[in-house]
Amino acid sequence: MGPETLEAKQKAAIEEILKAYPEKAAKNREKHLGVGSPNDENQKTCGDVRSNKKTVPGVMSQRGCAYAGSKGVVWGPVKDMIHISHGPIGCGQYSRAGRRNYYIGVTGVDTFVTMNFSSDFQENNIVFGGDKKLGKCVDEIEVLFPLNNGITFQSECPIGLIGDDINAVAKTKAKEIGKTIVPVNCEGFRGVSQSLGHHIANDAVRDFIFDGDLSHINTSDVTPTEYDVAIIGDYNIGGDTWSSRILLEEMGLRVVAQWSGDATLKEMALTPKVKLNLLHCYRSMNYISRHMEKEFGIPWIEYNFFGPSQTIKSLRKIAAFFDESIQAKCEEVIAKYQPMIDAVIAKYKPRLDGKTVMLFVGGLRPRHVIGAYEDLGMEVIGTGYEFAHDDDYKRTKEEIFRSTVIYDDVNEYELEAFVKKLQPDLVASGIKEKYVFQKMGLPYRQMHSWDYSGPYHGYDGFAIFAQDMDLAINSPVWAHSKAPWEKEG
Amino acid sequence: MQEVEKIVNGKDLFKRPEYAEVLANKKQFESSMLAINPAKVDEIAEWTKSWDYREKNLAREAITVNPAKACQPLGAVMVALGFEGTMPYVHGSHGCVAYFRSYFTKHFKEPTPCVSDSMTEDAAVFGGLVNMKEGLKNCAAVYKPKMIAVSTTCMAEVIGDDLQAFILAAKEEDKGEFLPEEYPIPYAHTPSFVGSHITGYDNMMHGIMSQLTEGQKGETKQRINIIPGFETYIGSLRSVKSIVEAFGTDYIMLGDHSDQWDMPAGNYEMFQGGTKIDDAKDCINSSATISLQKYATSKTMKMVEKRWKHAGGFSNPIGLKGTDEFVMKLAELTGTEVPQKLKTERGRLVDAMQDSYPYMHGKKFAIWGDPDFLLGAVSFLLEMGAEPTHVLCHNAPNGWEAEMRALLDTSPAKDSLNVWAGKDLWHMRSLLFTEPVDFMIGNSYGKELMRDTGTPLIYIGFPIFDRHHLHRYSISGYDGALNLLTWITNKVLDQLDEDTKHIATTDYFFDLVR
Repeated sequence: MGPETLEAKQKAAIEEILKAYPEKAAKNREKHLGVGSPNDENQKTCGDVRSNKKTVPGVMSQRGCAYAGSKGVVWGPVKDMIHISHGPIGCGQYSRAGRRNYYIGVTGVDTFVTMNFSSDFQENNIVFGGDKKLGKCVDEIEVLFPLNNGITFQSECPIGLIGDDINAVAKTKAKEIGKTIVPVNCEGFRGVSQSLGHHIANDAVRDFIFDGDLSHINTSDVTPTEYDVAIIGDYNIGGDTWSSRILLEEMGLRVVAQWSGDATLKEMALTPKVKLNLLHCYRSMNYISRHMEKEFGIPWIEYNFFGPSQTIKSLRKIAAFFDESIQAKCEEVIAKYQPMIDAVIAKYKPRLDGKTVMLFVGGLRPRHVIGAYEDLGMEVIGTGYEFAHDDDYKRTKEEIFRSTVIYDDVNEYELEAFVKKLQPDLVASGIKEKYVFQKMGLPYRQMHSWDYSGPYHGYDGFAIFAQDMDLAINSPVWAHSKAPWEKEG
Repeated sequence: MQEVEKIVNGKDLFKRPEYAEVLANKKQFESSMLAINPAKVDEIAEWTKSWDYREKNLAREAITVNPAKACQPLGAVMVALGFEGTMPYVHGSHGCVAYFRSYFTKHFKEPTPCVSDSMTEDAAVFGGLVNMKEGLKNCAAVYKPKMIAVSTTCMAEVIGDDLQAFILAAKEEDKGEFLPEEYPIPYAHTPSFVGSHITGYDNMMHGIMSQLTEGQKGETKQRINIIPGFETYIGSLRSVKSIVEAFGTDYIMLGDHSDQWDMPAGNYEMFQGGTKIDDAKDCINSSATISLQKYATSKTMKMVEKRWKHAGGFSNPIGLKGTDEFVMKLAELTGTEVPQKLKTERGRLVDAMQDSYPYMHGKKFAIWGDPDFLLGAVSFLLEMGAEPTHVLCHNAPNGWEAEMRALLDTSPAKDSLNVWAGKDLWHMRSLLFTEPVDFMIGNSYGKELMRDTGTPLIYIGFPIFDRHHLHRYSISGYDGALNLLTWITNKVLDQLDEDTKHIATTDYFFDLVR
């Protein structure tokens, strides 16, 4: 398929898809769908799509909410703190332990990530307010989980609607127990997606960690060095941060903190003294990186540890910030892993070459994983984000290889239609969409949870990624869909 | 570093020495107590196993830790997906819908369609009428459902949106383009801060049954309505239908999602199976209605019994006795003999129970789940001579505790059997440490209890995320009881092998025949 026919096909698909909508919805969705190309110029996005706008009602968006962005993404993985889902019981239950934020600790004793703490609002809490109950929650946590290093209040929708003052509760209780308490106003109705939740959560880090009283955490035993860095925006899904960290340490850097996969409060407290912040998920943590730059003068750079091409580029970019000894070691690291990567590509590329992929994910992955697929000879022909902004799409333009259909906040109907029209060999998205495409007999990989595999970051992660994509595409199970008595065609 | 001929994922990768070093290095920057003072962690971990901790834990009044319940709209979504071509529509923020869909999908390994009208800040201030008008229209245009079933999130409930008025307004404004006058859009208010997912089930079922049957009352037909309740076992729905069909009677299963959440591969259609809309409209004219879950349908059944004056009532076909009662109820309502097919099935079940009883007799169990599931499953444990030591129901409605107590009191071991209403799974942890049992029966949330206490977990309940295909089986009827018996007995046998497999020390008891 030549690039021209691909582009024409993609444009025709968009036109066709818009026909199903009532006029107002069609007008809206038209602006979120486009065809991007690496050669596009004079655009502040990619494929000219609009983003970060209200979802069209009634269309089965895949988006989440601000609470998901704060509790589920930013705060939830901080392992030595207890995160209270503040409000009715559902939110905490549905989001419990679903993101695979790996950590080391004794759960329920000194770490708490996979647990679910809820203030379990009842009608009387709605009518009379829940502040008193919240205060009592803190007291009970202190008795039963004495080794926690702090508590966050993750607000669910009703909190902001009934006029509760969780900031006041946090202030009083923090003084009482002598630990960090972080109130987060991440009610689900705020903003248009999980994105505002990330921002609100970042602001809470600024106000209650950086500007807060951390006297209960001893940081004096860590002496800063010239080579200190922090990993920002890596949630250690399936161990991603660990398989990234190892590379940075091998090139002579000292990773002082992980934000926020496998993170502890102390690591967050140590971060304002690092020399460089390394930002993986730009979308969810650019805010705190910018703040640290402004407030503490710490520069930040974006990097991408998916696939060897991007990993090598990123390692060199990071090393360039430091002295020659680091740069030399960086080259040693690259050289050390190259034979393994060559072997992985030699093994899997012939099995995957030319296979087409359509992506729909959140955060950084709709652009960051493109290189990893392309390293294996696979061709990404469609991508989109659940909750991106213009700056994400702008960055996407730099990562695509060919004419690519771009769909922002794509809904169930559109994604299904795009897949039917463009017929990729693999769809890579989330759990909600997974079985739709598998029913159609299409190989599928979850790119939020790595389908319970991973890590996918770094060199070791890429080997797993390659193996998993091969597993999905070349499994014999897809051939069974058609029964032997069905006619060909 | 990976070896290309033996690429390993996180399970084995991080055991390698280079990663052990990375993780050990990281500790110097950590504030978790394991990094600072592992002995302190051991001390507290030990203390959490004590009676002192248990008392403090049971005294909790405010914080819920590791709940075993969900919120109302989840149940409403299940009801909607049990009706032909019906789109569940949740009036509120779309984050909730993302959660309902992923929660069900992780359990069933099936797609779960559901839309929301994506309310945000402005809707919080001005109400969600605009969202509802647009949302219903878009949903109807894009997905072309035969019916849209509207429920609410807590946001819509707190601001007090009026569903009935909003739906009327949406139809009025649409002027019949997408939402004609007769287009069925039943609704239910499902506040998350009242009851649990089973309350939402009840409210939505009540909404659909009461609203679709308006003006439909005609002559009574010899026909039985079956309401399954919040049933997460696809096979159970099929078992129940097969029992009713054995009587040769006309029936309507109201809310039958057995095809929706069990689609064959090869093709994807958004909606499959479900109660026919016409049947749902006519269900008021049936002669009887049987609800299989008393506590998940109390409001609905009040309407059916008081206003519709249907015969029937409740019957919980889990276990031998429960199925017997269901079968006898059907025999009574249809005025027919119990069919031979069911007599044979019963005989086979009893035969199997008599084959396996030594392995369940006297074994102590901890069990948790929804109230009606527990009444059935505990009854079955008692039928086998097992001892349900801890029976925990986080979302126990009024009346359940006394009913469960009365059931446990039929056991010779009654004095050591405990009912825990309104307690969560962190309470359960203390109970398991202080008064241990041999096995646990519950959902995936039990796996942390299994890890912490060492008690083997038998996966029966909802949700089950980390074991495959169990939801396809039945736990209802005689065949369902046989599944329960098989799963439990074989877990007991697995454990017996685990305990006796040690070479030259215990393996004399590692018998080939059991």
